[in-house]
Amino acid sequence: MSYPRLLRRTLLYIGATAFALWVLIPIFLIAISSFTPPNEIYAWPKPIIPSRFSLDTMRFFLNSYGVLNSLRNSILVALLTLAFTLAVGAPAGYAVARFSFRGREAFRLGILITRMFPTALLAVPLAVTFIKWGLYDTLIGVALIHTAMALPFAVIITTGIFMGVPKDLEEAAMTLGCSRFGAFVRVALPLALPGLAAAAMFTFVISWNEVFAATILTVNNRTLPAHILTTIQASPLYFRFAGGFFMTIPALFFMFFIRRYLFHMWGGATAER
Amino acid sequence: MDVRLRKLLGTDTLLPYWLLLPSIVFIGVFFLMPLFNAIMLAFRADNGAFTLDYFKKMVADVRFIEALKYTFLLAITIVPLQLITALAMALLVNTGFRGSRFFLYLFALPLGISDLAAGLIWLSIFTQHGFLNSILYSLGIIERPIYFISYQNTGLTFLAVVMAEHWRATAIVLVILVAGLQMISKDYLEAAEVLGARGWKKVWYVILPMLKPSLQSALIIRTIFALQTFAVVLALAGDIIPVLAGEAYFWHFLYRNSHVASAYAVFLMAISIGMTWFYLRFLRSRMEVIRG
Repeated sequence: MSYPRLLRRTLLYIGATAFALWVLIPIFLIAISSFTPPNEIYAWPKPIIPSRFSLDTMRFFLNSYGVLNSLRNSILVALLTLAFTLAVGAPAGYAVARFSFRGREAFRLGILITRMFPTALLAVPLAVTFIKWGLYDTLIGVALIHTAMALPFAVIITTGIFMGVPKDLEEAAMTLGCSRFGAFVRVALPLALPGLAAAAMFTFVISWNEVFAATILTVNNRTLPAHILTTIQASPLYFRFAGGFFMTIPALFFMFFIRRYLFHMWGGATAER
Repeated sequence: MDVRLRKLLGTDTLLPYWLLLPSIVFIGVFFLMPLFNAIMLAFRADNGAFTLDYFKKMVADVRFIEALKYTFLLAITIVPLQLITALAMALLVNTGFRGSRFFLYLFALPLGISDLAAGLIWLSIFTQHGFLNSILYSLGIIERPIYFISYQNTGLTFLAVVMAEHWRATAIVLVILVAGLQMISKDYLEAAEVLGARGWKKVWYVILPMLKPSLQSALIIRTIFALQTFAVVLALAGDIIPVLAGEAYFWHFLYRNSHVASAYAVFLMAISIGMTWFYLRFLRSRMEVIRG
């Protein structure tokens, strides 16, 4: 390898490593904090690597009043959101990907504009409406507003996914005697399944991470982020660190699985190479 | 499906509309209705008369001007920082060196991390006995901890929030830009090389101009979200740094006044629309921008 090329390559790796460290070091530090014994959190100067690792901080967090309950609520809300979002969004994604019809562009534009709504604009009036409807402080209520927030992403992602499934295959199945629905279920759906799973995970993460609406719409049935946010000022530092780390883990886990589909969200119809 | 049922539903021509129906209903109930209700809450008194009292109350609040100031400051500091960082990352990954896809995955990691969690992550760095103070002390740079987060040092507290938010939300910009880079046709790049544009020249004269729509949509999306910054600030700085979304939260949650909270929400929406209009007007290229 020639000298300039070697230099160029070295610089590339140095740059990439620097950015990677910038991303990873804070995650590493919060992980360390969560396994540092509570009393060492306040030590001065605090060693980066604690004298011993312990589960006490994590245990304290998980056993704190309301945490396990809100964790259960978070998971249920995220699962409900996932089910609602796919049920509502995937058919629309399929329609936009498969048919050319009047109003298609208007629909796509409308969906994208909803992304610009501030969460406060949805959550505050919905809190008032939900009290009337008996949905205030319920998991379904939170799941519904999370669905509203995830819907634009779900429609965009599923459009991309269904565009990646060749139309010819479905048409072939129909010539061979399948109904339109049968062709969809037997041909398009299995091919779209991995992408739909990624869309589902992405929806799960949106709901799992959402805090503003969840806090506004609940009192007793808090989700985990809502519980942490409302108790934050009264909680010791080690509770907050453990909470921060705990909320981060599933996100990292899901990111690993959806990494191939990330670009569907923003690339529109462009398939990922 | 039964032929008669198909005729009745008009499936053959109306099928796409049936498929869209659930999302259109959903948008109606969960976007248009709250939008309408928020405007009603903000402008209508409990007796039903039109009023500007809630907006007056919002503006008269001592924290309002501070919240407005910090919200704008945050947006104009964070968004350019993120665009530059994400552009550097995207161009780096785009060279396609061995392992670039792995690095892209690492760079995109914070995409899955919530604003609340990011605030708490950076709290462990900036707190009084946190990692930054401990490292500075071990290196002999400081003798006692610096209060990065306190009412006395709002400047430093603001910087801490900027660093946390810069760290968390750069990944979104990165994904938009990488998607944009992938859409640039190989032919243009090859043509550019044939004509002698290599390295930085190719980036400057070919790649950047073609990436403009993606840069614009990243700019708009990030500005709109930056104006809504909320949980990072609350987790990291408590109420030291007031922001508009935070004030909406406090008015609803602590003062139990959904009228003023709605006034804040409507105000935020108005700023978002205003900023979008401003960008679209001055950057032109309307459709691509909103497309993202």
